[in-house]
Amino acid sequence: MGSIQLKSVEKAFGAVKVINGVDLNVENGEFAVFVGPSGCGKSTLLRLVAGLEDVTAGQVLIDGRDMTNVGPAQRGLAMVFQSYALYPHMSVRGNIAFALKMAGQKADVIDQKVRKAAATLNLTDYLDRKPRQLSGGQRQRVAIGRAIVREPKAFLFDEPLSNLDAALRVQMRVEIGELHNALATTMIYVTHDQVEAMTMADKIVVLDRGSVAQVGSPLELYNRPNGLFVAGFIGSPTMNLIKGASAAKRGAMTIGIRPEHTDISTSAGEWPAKVRLAEHLGSDTFVHAEAGGIGPLTLRLEGEAALKPGQDIFVTPREAHLHRFDKDGRRIA
Amino acid sequence: MALRQSIGRRVRVTILAWVVAFLIFFPILWTFLTSFKSELDAIAMPPKFLFFNWTLENYFEVQARSNYLRFASNSIILSVGANVVGLLIAVPAAWSMAFAPGKRTKDLLMWMLSTKMMPAVGVLVPIYLLFRDLHLLDSLIGIGLVLLLLNLPLLIWMLYTYFKEIPVDILEAARMDGASLLNEILYVLTPMAVPGIASTMLLAIILSWNEAFWTLNLTTSNAAPLTAFIASYSAPEGFFWAKLSAASTLAIAPILILGWFSQKQLVRGLTFGAVK
Repeated sequence: MGSIQLKSVEKAFGAVKVINGVDLNVENGEFAVFVGPSGCGKSTLLRLVAGLEDVTAGQVLIDGRDMTNVGPAQRGLAMVFQSYALYPHMSVRGNIAFALKMAGQKADVIDQKVRKAAATLNLTDYLDRKPRQLSGGQRQRVAIGRAIVREPKAFLFDEPLSNLDAALRVQMRVEIGELHNALATTMIYVTHDQVEAMTMADKIVVLDRGSVAQVGSPLELYNRPNGLFVAGFIGSPTMNLIKGASAAKRGAMTIGIRPEHTDISTSAGEWPAKVRLAEHLGSDTFVHAEAGGIGPLTLRLEGEAALKPGQDIFVTPREAHLHRFDKDGRRIA
Repeated sequence: MALRQSIGRRVRVTILAWVVAFLIFFPILWTFLTSFKSELDAIAMPPKFLFFNWTLENYFEVQARSNYLRFASNSIILSVGANVVGLLIAVPAAWSMAFAPGKRTKDLLMWMLSTKMMPAVGVLVPIYLLFRDLHLLDSLIGIGLVLLLLNLPLLIWMLYTYFKEIPVDILEAARMDGASLLNEILYVLTPMAVPGIASTMLLAIILSWNEAFWTLNLTTSNAAPLTAFIASYSAPEGFFWAKLSAASTLAIAPILILGWFSQKQLVRGLTFGAVK
């Protein structure tokens, strides 16, 4: 069992309030992702769950038990750090075995568990190497192995892939996802990369300046963002947000339309625009255009689109996918 | 043209470096050479450098007059012992200052350092009287305590700077792995800080070995280390230079040899914190 509950959790460093009254439930076995821009408090929130920081107010419950005043060693959680935080003076075997050694387990039990974890993560050939003799991806696996072997109630990941190159990041993302399916253990994952959030999460928690902006499944957040912040944060390229007459005639202060939910024509449409730049990715084309009285627009077309800078086009948003926001930035249903 | 200039410059700089090194080393070299001269040769004008009658009589007389080995063993016991105990105090102190600092930590560090700025002679009388009343005069425990307290600020400061170089998340990983504070210090912090601890200890041992003021004032015979041994060779009649040189050579030889073999460690330790 590994359900985690945060009740009105607050955290202040001196006079600076970093977390403002967060209420959150992570169910047993769920893969929850904390996402948000730099400085929003997602790592701090993770550290409060881990017990590496003390809450200023509120409660942290694990499996229904109040762990607010319990130290990190006794919470039964395992953490994978952004910098891997491997013990440089110990071998891979020593790193993975350390937690079991601290728990006072017998040598043969430790050996068996270490071998099993190493086999799961393809580390068997590296057990006697030191961390400095490993590549970034291998170190990442050792960090995960160290967490797995503890059989924790929940795994906590603090931006574990941000130090890896793009290809390795994609590979590790898949591996972590598969690990979650295999172990069925609760995982809380912190990232600033919303692509990681969208692809890995059962539930995404979007944080904005220490508060929860929205909680929901990836598609819920994508299709029904509850405010301008979530609308602008989730989705890459970002949603086009338009104020003025086009919004007012639809009964809103701001309207939003995702780049892929627009129709482009060279002859007719709602918004006349001029192409500034076309980015050809092969599978898609991203067109950056400037519409008079509207502002810059990002448009997405499937496949290869023969649009050139300086070309005049017409952009029409698909009404079914339009998002409307009021003067406070909140979604209008 | 440029190549030739650089070679010429390099030769000049090398010669200069050797000259400076020789000048710095010269007192030790002279002491060593003088220890093999007769007393007459030792005060000869012009001074005799290498060409004199080499003799070992000074070493024999020094050993006959006073028990070198007892003084040497006192030096070893005091230098190593006081600093090992100091380390046991300094490691937890430096840990708390580096990883769990409070509002007053910086003030505490500055205050500790300030105690080193005070001239020792200012507290000689009260310490002497305290030691007399507590029967600590001329005892290894007594002088050991003084050496410990003298070096403690240095030990804590140096360890504090080394500990600050250690990434905090490795210690946090140990906490998440279930390590208690003691286990964290024992199994993770100390092994990672070994180079820093080693060079701190080396420096502290060298300082304690050379400490003359307190050792001369608070010991007489039982607990007297090599500093007292050398001082006993200064007589009202004047200095017996050859014997004094022999005594000095015997006194500094152990620490010089230790320093020679650990010089890489010492240099690394002293410059470690300088480069980020």
